[in-house]
Amino acid sequence: MDRDIEAGSIDTNNNNNNNNNNNNIQKNQSNNIEAVDHVPPLPPRPSRKLSDDGASGALHVTAASKPTTQVSTIDISTLSFPDGSRGTFSTSATSATRSVASPQSSASGYTSPRTDPTAETVSVASYPATLRPPGDLADLVTGEFNRRSRAWSMLRTQSSSVQPFEASRTGACDTLAGFEKEFDDIPELGDKGITDEQRLSLWKSKMKHYMILSSAGKPIWSRHGDTSLINSYMGVVQTIISFYEGAKDPLLGFTAGNARFVISTQGPLYFVAISRLGESDAQLRSQLDALYMQILSTLTLPTLKNIFVHRPSTDLRKPLEGTESLLSSLADSFTKGSPSALLGALECLRLRKSHRATINNAFLKCRSDKLLYGLIVAGGKLVSVIRPRKHSLHPSDLQLIFNMLFESGGIRAGGGENWVPLCLPAFNNRGYLYMYVSFFDSVDTAAESQETNNPPSSSQDGGPPPPQPQPPKPIPSPDEEIAIILISADKESFFDLKSMRDKLALQLAKNGSLALIQSAARQGRPRIETILNLNNTQLTTESQGQGQGQGQLSHFLYKSRANVQFCQSSLSPAFESPLSSSSPGPSSSAPEKGSSVTTSSERQRTADKLLVSRRRLMTLYHHLHSSIHAKHSHLKVLHLVSEDAASLAWITPVFEFYCVAGPNMSRGVMTQCANKVVQWAKREEERLFIIGGGVF
Amino acid sequence: MADTNAPKPSSSVKLVLLGEAAVGKSSLVLRFVNNDFQENKEPTIGAAFLTQKCNLPTRTIKFEIWDTAGQERFASLAPMYYRNAQAALVVYDLTKPTSLIKAKHWVAELQRQASPGIVIALVGNKLDLTSDSAGTAEVSGDGDDNAEDSGDARKISTEEAKTYAEEEGLLFFETSAKTGHNVTEVFTAIANAIPETSLKSARGPGASHAGVSRTEEQRVNLNGPRDSHAKEGCAC
Repeated sequence: MDRDIEAGSIDTNNNNNNNNNNNNIQKNQSNNIEAVDHVPPLPPRPSRKLSDDGASGALHVTAASKPTTQVSTIDISTLSFPDGSRGTFSTSATSATRSVASPQSSASGYTSPRTDPTAETVSVASYPATLRPPGDLADLVTGEFNRRSRAWSMLRTQSSSVQPFEASRTGACDTLAGFEKEFDDIPELGDKGITDEQRLSLWKSKMKHYMILSSAGKPIWSRHGDTSLINSYMGVVQTIISFYEGAKDPLLGFTAGNARFVISTQGPLYFVAISRLGESDAQLRSQLDALYMQILSTLTLPTLKNIFVHRPSTDLRKPLEGTESLLSSLADSFTKGSPSALLGALECLRLRKSHRATINNAFLKCRSDKLLYGLIVAGGKLVSVIRPRKHSLHPSDLQLIFNMLFESGGIRAGGGENWVPLCLPAFNNRGYLYMYVSFFDSVDTAAESQETNNPPSSSQDGGPPPPQPQPPKPIPSPDEEIAIILISADKESFFDLKSMRDKLALQLAKNGSLALIQSAARQGRPRIETILNLNNTQLTTESQGQGQGQGQLSHFLYKSRANVQFCQSSLSPAFESPLSSSSPGPSSSAPEKGSSVTTSSERQRTADKLLVSRRRLMTLYHHLHSSIHAKHSHLKVLHLVSEDAASLAWITPVFEFYCVAGPNMSRGVMTQCANKVVQWAKREEERLFIIGGGVF
Repeated sequence: MADTNAPKPSSSVKLVLLGEAAVGKSSLVLRFVNNDFQENKEPTIGAAFLTQKCNLPTRTIKFEIWDTAGQERFASLAPMYYRNAQAALVVYDLTKPTSLIKAKHWVAELQRQASPGIVIALVGNKLDLTSDSAGTAEVSGDGDDNAEDSGDARKISTEEAKTYAEEEGLLFFETSAKTGHNVTEVFTAIANAIPETSLKSARGPGASHAGVSRTEEQRVNLNGPRDSHAKEGCAC
């Protein structure tokens, strides 16, 4: 059996009910409650207690100094679909133990097994909703819940436009304090003016660590710190893990202080994630899986096995040499918070259906016989995909490719065209494929200069001229870079694929698709105002007067489950970073060196702030996601309010929807907005998502 | 000099870069192709394909450059890149002795398996880290920040490498991709060393992999005359 061990003051016994913090609420929630919010300090509300006498004990969220835990244990069977229809979900209908299909049973269900008197304030909200079966999302979550004293309501209307996370932003007790330094390097051993202790404390200050080691205890990779710093810790980790391995009782995770340790064993490799960012075990484990996939992608499974079969003490760092940056950029994208990784889905570039069809057709027409998969990607968003009828591309493979191309600078920075052997583990973990990559910007300017046939400069006698110092090209932001990716199983097919790419580039330029892609990429993600206002005209009757004045959603994620794709709103203005690139463009900063130092340090500061505010958003999404996906929870809708933000998660068999707004947004308004966004997504489905793609 | 718009014979030359990881192969190419330099460039994965023209007085050479990854696990793919190559740049790091050993292995492999007429240049990179950089590199500014460690990071003497290059009949240069010192000179020298007869004045992407048929007598021994006077160095 698997085992959780607990260190520090926290334990996971069900009847434990003392000063819980967030972390063990989250851990216990599968037994006790559906979801609990962050518990920030200074609530103006009475503390709430939740319990579940169905379990052996009761978990009480005693909110002494940290509360505002609004929990909606709404478990509804009826929801309105985006197209306006309403239905009952089979999942909840079939789950006999918690039959909530009829209002009567759910009403009675709430009286005994789910509540006790202390939870009254919470559960009362569920009554009106479930007693009205044909209600839609808005009905379900509005009602008595938000009724408050008059003074409170007045106060609230005055600050209706508070943005999410404003409280944390202004300082007080910020769990993310210092996050902006998360990605700074730890100085090397021997750097002047820094002692070992300082290095160690820097290392310990990181909020997220990843370590990979072999079962023999050899370090393979660690996100932070060099070998001299971490070797002893690797040893400790190895000892702990192998102790439990030896007892045939593998260790999965433990908590120490506010850090969660999650361990994943893959054959001869141990993966460890250490997080103080409040991610769930399942989320951390999927991140570790992605790191493992990256290793497989470099080596393939048979090679990895062979290495360790013959010499279990092999140092895997040598065979993996050069991929450290890929592992690091993958890890950093998790630490920064990647919706794509969280949802296990891809993001596509929003394009008209007919435009996408044109691109697909051009793509198919140029297809080389050697081609296995063809992709066009703009700024990490999929534009078009063509594939053989019997194969589809797995999101986790694409995540590795996108990480290589857009997060880590190795390929993009080199210029030219690339020919990369790689294994796509979800496709086939036993062999290599060969990937042709060319970025439009770099290659096209190069091609132009060749076509004009101008010699770089007048040559001097006896020697060619030095390459002309080209004026620095305007570097497109990583969000706008367009790449063509062609994957083949034949390692000799570079020139076939190159000529395919040239043909395709010509076609796309000729039929205007390239410009369409560029403008769509430049336009960025849809803005919430636009979406909500679009809907306004149709839904004015539904919106309740002052609702519109109450501010609006700040951000949302919408995942189409069938397509394994997601879309999100623009991060601007609430979370937009002007320097969205993960790695500062190396050459982009060069020309501005002369500009005054203050502006650059200011820019750095805003970038830091935005990094932190994005992480805050993503932490909330992680929390929503883990709550609503918690085992045994069967949640459909989850509404959370904290001092910082209000948020909503809504899951149906068709989609998953998550959104965040300022803390004062009422549930009614929030649900209206959610309904509008979901209807919009339904309407725009064929633009937002690639359905099928080009098949040959 | 007359305007060079007059059509000159133009030909493609397939060139491959080989050498240990992190010696600066991609940086040399980047300097040659884009006249650019990136600090802490991330490792190449697989190989990159780039092109750049080189104007000689009598003809234009279009280099089709295969910049390969130096890591050991990519070594098995190397034959794919040096097959039919007319030129090779074997790069080592002046501050890292093992990189010269690796370079010698590459030279041996090329001499054994690549096209017989291949022009090989041995290039010691990272000259900016050595003490002679102050004298040789004209470019100002760039290298100043590490003035203090630029004292004597050099671990491989010019004589040692040069002697070896002469013995094996290789072109030899010490370069700095960071300052740009000697970089174009390497490519120019290669362009000049490619025998006229092996230039099939072919253009287009397929040219270089279409195969270049050459015979043994076209093999050039660039340092032939000096060979006999080869200084006694470390002849390994």
